[in-house]
Amino acid sequence: MSAPAASNGTTPAATAKPNPAGAIANWADERLGIATSAKKQIRKVFPDHWSFMLGEIALWSFVILLLTGVFLSLWFNPSMGEVVYNGSYDQLRGIHMSEAYASTLHISFDVRAGLLMRQMHHWAAMLFIAAMLVHMMRVFLTGAFRKPRELNWIIGGVLLLLGILEGFAGYSLPDDLLSGTGLRIADGLVKATPVLGSYMSFFMFGGEFPGDQIIPRLYTAHVLLIPGLILALIAAHMLLLVYHKHTQWPGPGRTEQNVVGYPMMPVYAAKAGGFFFIVFGVVALMGGLMTINPVWRFGPYNPAEVTAGSQPDWYMGIAEGLLRIMPGWETHIWGITLSWNVFLPGQVAPMVLLGIVLGYPFIEQWVTGDKREHHLLERPRNAPTRTAFLAAMISVYGLLWAAGGNDILATQFHLDLNTITYFMRGAIFIVPPLVFIIAKRWCISLQRHDNDMLLHGYESGVIMRDADGGYSEKHLPLSEEHAYRLTARNRDQVYTGVSGADANGVEAPNARVDQLRARLSKAWFASNVQKPTKEELEEGHHHAELEHEHEVPLEGHAADGHQFDGRHDVVGDDLTHKH
Amino acid sequence: MSDDNHELEHVAAAEPIADPGLPEHLPRPTDVDPVMEKRAERQVATLFGLSSVFAILTCVAYFSLNIGGHPTVFLGMGASTVALGGCLGLALLAIGIGAIQWSRKLMSDHEIVEYRHPAASPQEDRDEAIAALEVGIAESGIGRRPLVRNSLLGAMATLGLPAIVFLRDLGPLPGNKLAHTVWARGMQVVQDVDGAKIKPEDMEIGQLVNAEPEIFFATNSEGQPVIEGTALLQAKAKAAVILVRMHPDDIKALPDRRNWGIDGILCYSKICTHVGCPISLWEQQTHHLLCPCHQSTFDLADNGKVIFGPAGRHLPQLPITLDADGYIVAQSDFTEPVGPSYWERDRSNLT
Repeated sequence: MSAPAASNGTTPAATAKPNPAGAIANWADERLGIATSAKKQIRKVFPDHWSFMLGEIALWSFVILLLTGVFLSLWFNPSMGEVVYNGSYDQLRGIHMSEAYASTLHISFDVRAGLLMRQMHHWAAMLFIAAMLVHMMRVFLTGAFRKPRELNWIIGGVLLLLGILEGFAGYSLPDDLLSGTGLRIADGLVKATPVLGSYMSFFMFGGEFPGDQIIPRLYTAHVLLIPGLILALIAAHMLLLVYHKHTQWPGPGRTEQNVVGYPMMPVYAAKAGGFFFIVFGVVALMGGLMTINPVWRFGPYNPAEVTAGSQPDWYMGIAEGLLRIMPGWETHIWGITLSWNVFLPGQVAPMVLLGIVLGYPFIEQWVTGDKREHHLLERPRNAPTRTAFLAAMISVYGLLWAAGGNDILATQFHLDLNTITYFMRGAIFIVPPLVFIIAKRWCISLQRHDNDMLLHGYESGVIMRDADGGYSEKHLPLSEEHAYRLTARNRDQVYTGVSGADANGVEAPNARVDQLRARLSKAWFASNVQKPTKEELEEGHHHAELEHEHEVPLEGHAADGHQFDGRHDVVGDDLTHKH
Repeated sequence: MSDDNHELEHVAAAEPIADPGLPEHLPRPTDVDPVMEKRAERQVATLFGLSSVFAILTCVAYFSLNIGGHPTVFLGMGASTVALGGCLGLALLAIGIGAIQWSRKLMSDHEIVEYRHPAASPQEDRDEAIAALEVGIAESGIGRRPLVRNSLLGAMATLGLPAIVFLRDLGPLPGNKLAHTVWARGMQVVQDVDGAKIKPEDMEIGQLVNAEPEIFFATNSEGQPVIEGTALLQAKAKAAVILVRMHPDDIKALPDRRNWGIDGILCYSKICTHVGCPISLWEQQTHHLLCPCHQSTFDLADNGKVIFGPAGRHLPQLPITLDADGYIVAQSDFTEPVGPSYWERDRSNLT
């Protein structure tokens, strides 16, 4: 390496020995013109917060999926042609099975590192979807989906959906008894489609279930179609992220107009790059130490067999739960069959859920009337309705998840299966509203607590005894930084709507919709606690000072309680909390 | 825009506490203490060095440890998998932890500030873009020549037809296939494991037998199976049955089903009417059959009626009788389509 050029001497920097890196950069820039964008991006600012890592976990898991997936594709044979297994695994030798299943066994037992890669691939898939979901919850809870980032929210939601489809296609490929059962259920779901069900099923499976087409077709979807879409959407997600710049938590010096943090080169390159290796390392350890999807124990697919306690991968759990708790409603009329018991939970409910998730930013924006750009994150407590909505959705998710394992719950906890199912049918409607109310009140309490701290200081833990023998706790003022952090948020403005009729008695256009919006806005915001005004804050401090004086002489000194036992002189003691 | 700014100013005025500005940067121990700095440097280098060691150990494990049909040798995982995963994982983790330690202890930790710009383009850019677009549209004449525009739209839409039609050969049409199974008059009901024929006296009260049609085990004159491969799986997915024996007095058969069983032995489809899982969790005492997938429960003493769970229809019953040798055989195919529901199911041609 040549020494960096120094230009503060008499010789100009340009005469320094040309270095090879510079030559390469020059070659590239003369063809690509990358310096213009690189000059900004090399020192791009990344704000620091642990929750910003969640999306990174998803990104890195996807990279691991690509790497391990390429390895697996070198041996996997996506064919439903029947062969007799003749590999290393004793218990299945001599058994008829599809080539897909036989090659999966081959990867597991006859390719070195094959089982490790299979398990890493499966664990990374679990992690990919889990990280996307948690990342999405973080974005939701902090309001990071607000303008101008609504499109990136939608891209993220579609990525989650594609990730789930990709996962389902992937775990169907080995053609073992468990995955075949999953496909059998998928066939039942497809057949329940009004009008077209049986046709869709025959087109999907290339004839009657199971046919010999579904594995090769799922393979194409799994290695080409869906990963291609995911890759393209991740690229769009990243480009928008760079364009919008990161959101950040409010704090001293961190405003809507700036972004404060560490530069990409060198700090974030090292941190994010290092984090890739950490995620990769953890996945490798999981793949090496934790069994996942031991297909050799399930045996080849046989449509006349099933294992009790069959469970899909975790992210299918809510679909499974919906299917399990749905009552057996079926309509037979005019010679047609409408399977509400399958169609509603299997096809309508996921679409409705997706619609709510993707549409949420627009619904919130319409109700609140907030059309401003937002780059500062909101603490969950400062958006009580939103936070409570997510809490309610989490409770729905949790209930459905539990319902998807109702047989496991019954056997593990010696409960009655039917009772669990009946309970879930009711709970799915009763629990989420309760959770909503509790979470909302909880947020509002936390907001009150913040205001208490701002106005009266924080609880110091110092107990004071007054002349009458009463006890009280000493409150001390917050640091300026902390106080600013608590107040760095917007005041909510309830949308009051255009009043019914104007001076000429003409109804405002869309008056009805407008009133609905005003009512929703009130429900959304009205019970929120607003941060104190400057006057309230001053009054609060003034009040605290007065209180101070009233309690002289006993309270005149901030004290630790020992000061009034007469053992030492208290004059000049200052016990104000120091940060 | 100007409204927004005005609002912002108004809000800023009401802020109870003014922004104190970025806090002062405090140096880390490694910034001021050369000993600490050296130590951090050694830590990072040690981690990177360890990574190389583990990467080499991974290769050693690859060549030295056997794999094969012993997945339970070590930790229930196979020694090779455990060693490879452990070493590879540690090699990767060491790089990751080293890089992060480097960034936290040794790289500059001065926060820097970047300013944001509104996501929207400046107004003059918008005006220019719209003007350019308008010129383009005007020059194309698409607005003035509706004939060209509409015929183009029509052509594009029509092009969608071949795209859909080309998918036609994805599979055959369902026709009447879902309405029938391989069961036929006189076909023996046999054990699903070995194809053994079943006599009523082989079954005790309370017993359940997983059964299949005899044709799945039949061979032709050349000793080849009559049905095999995909066709066998497709046939199995509809024709699998269960045979149960209950006390005849417990059975509440519908009037037209009185002669569908033999002495308390009844035969039902094994394919759930919900989404098609094979059902076989049998409760002897209650005559209930439970689907392990979604827990639909059917009462086999009561014509396969649904008594719990998401299934919408009773389990189809196969009428059985005895052949001349006293073996259990089917009287006919199922009298209704088996398995999950579909739109035109009730209009199936069952003859």
